[in-house]
Amino acid sequence: MTYIPISPKERDAMLATIGVQSLDELFEDVPAKHRFPKLDLPPALTEMEALDELSGLAQANENVRSDLISFLGAGMYNHYIPSVVDHILRRGEFYTAYTPYQPEISQGTLQAIFEYQSLMCALTGMDVSNASHYDGATATAEAVNLANAQFRGKRKKVVISPTVHPQYRAVIRTYTQGMDMQLAGDDQFPITDYQPSDLLSLVDDNTCLVIVQYPDFFGRIYDYTKLIEGIHAKGALACIVANPTALALFKTPGSMGADIVVGDGQPLGIPMWYGGPSVGFFTTRKQFVHKMAGRLVGETVDSKGQRAYVLTLTAREQHIKRERATSNICTNQGLIALGTAVYLSLLGKKGLRQVAELCYQKAHYAAAQLSKIEGMGLCFSEPFFHEFALCVNRPVEEVNAHLLEHGILGGYDLGQDYPALKDHMLIAVTEMNTKEDIDTLVEVLSEVSHD
Amino acid sequence: MNVPSHLKYTKSDEWFDPATGKAGISDYAQGQLSDIVFVEILVEEGETIEAGKPIASVESVKASAQVYSPASGKVAAVNKALPDKPELINSDPYGEAWMIQLEGGTAGDVMDAAAYEKYCAERAH
Repeated sequence: MTYIPISPKERDAMLATIGVQSLDELFEDVPAKHRFPKLDLPPALTEMEALDELSGLAQANENVRSDLISFLGAGMYNHYIPSVVDHILRRGEFYTAYTPYQPEISQGTLQAIFEYQSLMCALTGMDVSNASHYDGATATAEAVNLANAQFRGKRKKVVISPTVHPQYRAVIRTYTQGMDMQLAGDDQFPITDYQPSDLLSLVDDNTCLVIVQYPDFFGRIYDYTKLIEGIHAKGALACIVANPTALALFKTPGSMGADIVVGDGQPLGIPMWYGGPSVGFFTTRKQFVHKMAGRLVGETVDSKGQRAYVLTLTAREQHIKRERATSNICTNQGLIALGTAVYLSLLGKKGLRQVAELCYQKAHYAAAQLSKIEGMGLCFSEPFFHEFALCVNRPVEEVNAHLLEHGILGGYDLGQDYPALKDHMLIAVTEMNTKEDIDTLVEVLSEVSHD
Repeated sequence: MNVPSHLKYTKSDEWFDPATGKAGISDYAQGQLSDIVFVEILVEEGETIEAGKPIASVESVKASAQVYSPASGKVAAVNKALPDKPELINSDPYGEAWMIQLEGGTAGDVMDAAAYEKYCAERAH
């Protein structure tokens, strides 16, 4: 089938069919000033010339593979990606972003999603995972939808920790517009003294969900077991937003009693690109599966008793349940979810733990060295994973400009989200940062402190 | 198709037992829905409801349906065992799969068994 929708001949035939002479005549009812403008474009290039032109533009980009040393995280992390991940993603059989619409003939895709779901359950310590959401922020917002549906709209308050990613909190606010929800907690405590247990004072009979992050936005690790007991005592549900790499090293959210565990899958073999696309994982307990949004692949047997995969419990989704469904989202991030499954399969349990240990050790080395710099210091004293807040005692923007001159992508400016943390940056260290990289960072920051 | 003669029926396929005040969905309805995998009772004991109010949400492997109250009255009991065994709706729609029990229930717009049987037969064509 040719896919050239309109040639001059076809255009003339269509115009003749509807009885107009020309395109101008067709559009004459649209005022001229609203019609497509004349574009001032240079003459068309040949393919060779275009490639030259575009390569030149691309070279203006700087990337973390060959140009820059990165200490920027805050939700997206620079990890090593085995080349097999990309190789499998580019296979024609998989190269689509979509869940199959005639699922049962797409056994390979369904099996890949099933494996992804199984891996997410193993990582989080939960019973069930859906086929994924767009990213960590939207997955977190879907946790609010689940809780709202679970209590049939009778509990209207969501308590959110101020140390949940600021952009996730913004997305939750967007998602819940018009839902008559009350969002509390993320602007009620002084950030420098905040403890997760503070949230309990806000949890009441009207609260459907409490959301905390693990590690939190400042990289800190807390055992939320006691907090979750308190949340459950009030009849509310608990959601933990987790970094999947950290889960290889620390207690699972499932073992802390979480009802919903969500997060961004980007650290699992997905490049940072320009901030996306990513994949959001969503896991929960079996008792809540009917209120979960999104697609769900299940394993079954066919008429001959052979293992087969299906989309299951679909009647909870909006294409069947319409306005009574938990969410109007049913699409998933199939290709990127597959990438995370390939990454996890390649690394295995030991490999992922090794990545997490490298991140942890290197981050702790960096934190120890950086806190020795005069005039700088760690902002918090709690245990942390691979990210920490550093007080640099001068505008982060200035510090980062200086670091960039030395080929270093500096930390995230915390002052933009937390006014009390003005002049603080969030530094992320992964297995990609060598000891030399870290020493260079320390050296350049020492110079800054003496300026 | 099983249409017990002592019950009343609605056009949306719920049954109501005027003697006991119990209500649920008909054999015809469960057959149309096929294998039921989930049921959620939407009302609570002590609530006073009007006929036509949604009382339950039912999901089968391929469809989802809202169940409406066939009568008005005070909810004396809800079947708390049903959500754990939604398949009872397929196997025993008029017995163990009752959904709510009303006290002093007044039937809404209902028909008798003969009329309901005719109504179902018409829809089959």
